[in-house]
Amino acid sequence: MKTRGVLILAVVLAAIGALGWWLLRDATLDVLQPAGNIAEQQRSLLIVASVLSAIVVVPVFTLLIVFSVRYREGNKKAIYDPNLTHDARLEALWWGIPIAIIGVLGVITWQTSHSLDPYKRIASSNETMNIEVVALQWKWLFLYPHQRVATVDKLIIPVDVPVEFSLTSDAPMSAFWIPSLGSQIYTMNGMTSKLNLIATEPGSYRGYNTNINGKGYASMDFMVEAVDKKTFVDWHGELAKSSNGLDWTTYKQLSKPSTLDSPKEYALHNTSLMHAIEMKFMPEHAMNGEIE
Amino acid sequence: MIHTLAEGLLGRLSLDYLPTEPATIGAAVGLPLSALAIVAALTYFKKWRWLWDNWLTSLDAKKIGVMYIAVAIAMLLRGLADALMLRAHTAQAVGDNSGLFTTDTFQQVFSAHGTIMIFFVAMGLMFGLINVALPLMLGARDVAFPFLNSVSFWLFAAGMILINTSLVIGGFSNGGWLGYPPLTGLEYNPGPGVDYWIWSLQIAGIGSLLSGINFTVTILKKRARGMTLMKMPIFAWSVLVSMVLVMLAFPLLTVSLGLLSLDRLMGMHFFTSDFGGNPMMYINLIWAWGHPEVYILILPAFGIFSEVVATFARKALFGYRTMVAALIAIMFFSFIVWQHHFFTMGAGANVNAFFGIMTMVIAIPTGVKIFNWLFTMYKGKIRFDAPMVWFLCFVVTFTLGGVTGVMMAVPAIDFQVHNSMFLVAHFHNTIIGGVVFGFLAGITYWFPKIFGFRLHDRLGKYSAYAWQIGFILAFMPLYALGLMGAVRRIDHYDDPSWQPFFIVSAVGVLVIMLGVGLFILQLAVSIWKRKELRDTTGDPWNGRTLEWSVPSPAPEYNFAIEPDVTHRDEWWYRKESKLALPKKSSYQDIWVPKNSGLGIGIAVFAGLFGFAMIWHIWWLGFVAFLVVVALIVFRTYADEPERRISAEHLYHLDKGRKQ
Repeated sequence: MKTRGVLILAVVLAAIGALGWWLLRDATLDVLQPAGNIAEQQRSLLIVASVLSAIVVVPVFTLLIVFSVRYREGNKKAIYDPNLTHDARLEALWWGIPIAIIGVLGVITWQTSHSLDPYKRIASSNETMNIEVVALQWKWLFLYPHQRVATVDKLIIPVDVPVEFSLTSDAPMSAFWIPSLGSQIYTMNGMTSKLNLIATEPGSYRGYNTNINGKGYASMDFMVEAVDKKTFVDWHGELAKSSNGLDWTTYKQLSKPSTLDSPKEYALHNTSLMHAIEMKFMPEHAMNGEIE
Repeated sequence: MIHTLAEGLLGRLSLDYLPTEPATIGAAVGLPLSALAIVAALTYFKKWRWLWDNWLTSLDAKKIGVMYIAVAIAMLLRGLADALMLRAHTAQAVGDNSGLFTTDTFQQVFSAHGTIMIFFVAMGLMFGLINVALPLMLGARDVAFPFLNSVSFWLFAAGMILINTSLVIGGFSNGGWLGYPPLTGLEYNPGPGVDYWIWSLQIAGIGSLLSGINFTVTILKKRARGMTLMKMPIFAWSVLVSMVLVMLAFPLLTVSLGLLSLDRLMGMHFFTSDFGGNPMMYINLIWAWGHPEVYILILPAFGIFSEVVATFARKALFGYRTMVAALIAIMFFSFIVWQHHFFTMGAGANVNAFFGIMTMVIAIPTGVKIFNWLFTMYKGKIRFDAPMVWFLCFVVTFTLGGVTGVMMAVPAIDFQVHNSMFLVAHFHNTIIGGVVFGFLAGITYWFPKIFGFRLHDRLGKYSAYAWQIGFILAFMPLYALGLMGAVRRIDHYDDPSWQPFFIVSAVGVLVIMLGVGLFILQLAVSIWKRKELRDTTGDPWNGRTLEWSVPSPAPEYNFAIEPDVTHRDEWWYRKESKLALPKKSSYQDIWVPKNSGLGIGIAVFAGLFGFAMIWHIWWLGFVAFLVVVALIVFRTYADEPERRISAEHLYHLDKGRKQ
């Protein structure tokens, strides 16, 4: 092996490593810095999968380097055996090891697909709270039917209270994701999907739409405020009394394609709004035109 | 009156659809101008006749293969320009800066980038290399249906022209490379952009389906005497498996796009949200094609690397039988994993778990293949020519892509990275590392067989290094961005801490462009120095399979005498056992297909049909469709589609060579 080649390779690898370190030195990786129980379990899962993969990757990279160096044409000391074309024991080994790894990962996958199913309620001493989510072109409408309030592009939730989101869309298919809390889910016309999340640490987090739904797609992100219970109660108690109300008429105005400069808050006057939005797409309603 | 007449004649085609932004105007002017420049040059140098007789109308698989590769490389440049636009834009578009392009342009560009790279680059390179190498490796003189082969290529070219026409008038889809409705439905997207996407894929897709049939029959019926399936070169196996996938999967694409176009043209409701339509059905259908599609592309690349590593390690492929078993396993499993593209749609835990586990299971045969390649190197005598350097880059990059793939196969992990930049990084990791590196290795490997001279080795290696480093710079930051919350397809972001990552990624695209530049420079320098690089033996790499037993460039009939095969690496075996040359009496007359311009004719009218559907020019669609049918019928009546090459002539050619 030529020393110059090794040297260049080492310099390139070192440079890339340094660049990586420089980039990551104070980056915030939301997925790896969870603020909720679901995201935390998902991070652990990511680590487990990486470690299991390493059982295959490390030998592959090692063998690649060792064989490339040892069996290069110029190395006269190496054995050349053109007739070594199969070996039942070796082949059994590299069928066996991946099968074992995938077996383990398969069991983990089965269990976590159930335990982290977005539809599954989160066990907690606090009662689960319901929030309805409507994806619009290009903003997120959050309805709190029990608190009788609504917000746009701003989600306020109490800490340590499990939240069940019911999501639909009055726009092309969109997707709801808060990396710090975990799990995303699609939102679709005329359908409800569910997502259960919990924030365990107070703070502000960013939420996103991950599925392209037209022009304003990139600005369809929102802020999540996880606050303590008292702040939450004060907030919605105050807001429910607001004169700025949301009903079907104001909704129709709001649902027109647009992007917002700042979030909005409303007192929720029509608590069956979510149902009406879903029914818009049902055949009998669609054929009759508008519903009120 | 005039208005109705114009609408009848031109449908909705009007000058209002000309581009208005500087960047798009540039493309709209530049593209026809460069086409004109090529036409002018051909006319000036009086090359039309030569081009028509030797290339465009040729039914020789090798020439069709070269044309596929030429189109694909041109499209690679277009797709790469798109990539540069995307990353140059996101390197700036933070906070108050809205970046270089409008949102509309940005969305069209990423839709075009994905569509072009998969359908017109990866597919083109794949069919090109199969055409070039497969019949030769099988000891066959041609593919099973040479005329159909020409039709396939020209339909591919018609799709390519249609998709580029969108730059000149009408604009392209803004719905991503798989165009999910309802975003791509009539309600949200009435313009011609989505129709360009549909019809260019529809036309090229039918060409792909025909090729799938053609190559499958070629492998099953045209192998040399004695070449049983288990004596086939592994590349032929990989093509067989891939082409079976084409035959099974491409009809799904045709149907998905067909139903979507019925929604758009006739106001039907297959995939609308109202009137009982169901967009989820589209997403299932398109991915039931889309997932096999990635294996359609990667398996032949695996086949190429299998040939490359055996040739350059000078040792037969390790574990041939397990390799075949692994290919067949991948073929089977690739059909039952499609739902992993939308774990986040809200299917139940059982469904998600099933598709997740099936996805991981594919990693097993893939891992086995990697170990078999490594043990082909074990106790070999390895030469590191450029194809082997591509192989090393492939193992490193593809393995990492496989790892992130296994991670994303766990639904609960996928919930946190789906549709983020992490996903973008993952699939480029496998497609660039696997498909692109594989096909570039294949071009380098088989080039001397087609053109009679090797490619410049050092430039080829430099190209591989630049691609590899560029890849790391362009995509590793995207993995981090995905974990930071950056989603795919955004043209703007608020968080300034993301910007350094996007800038490094843009630099990475530039380094990849350098790699492409070096590859093209390699072609140019090799043509320049073709005398020094000439392959006089027909066997420049000390090869193992039958294509290296014929002279370079390979004659149009491939084999003067059809070979009898007794061993798996037949040519290696013959060299080892020093078999005698054939006698004069063993030569026989050969019939080769005559040229035909009908393939071009069919494609021109198929393209016009597509154009008519995009612009609602109904009379033209009707006429073009009738002409296509008429040309196909006409071809069935063609008498004497073949011409004879005499045994005497063949004998003299061979005698001259072997002295």
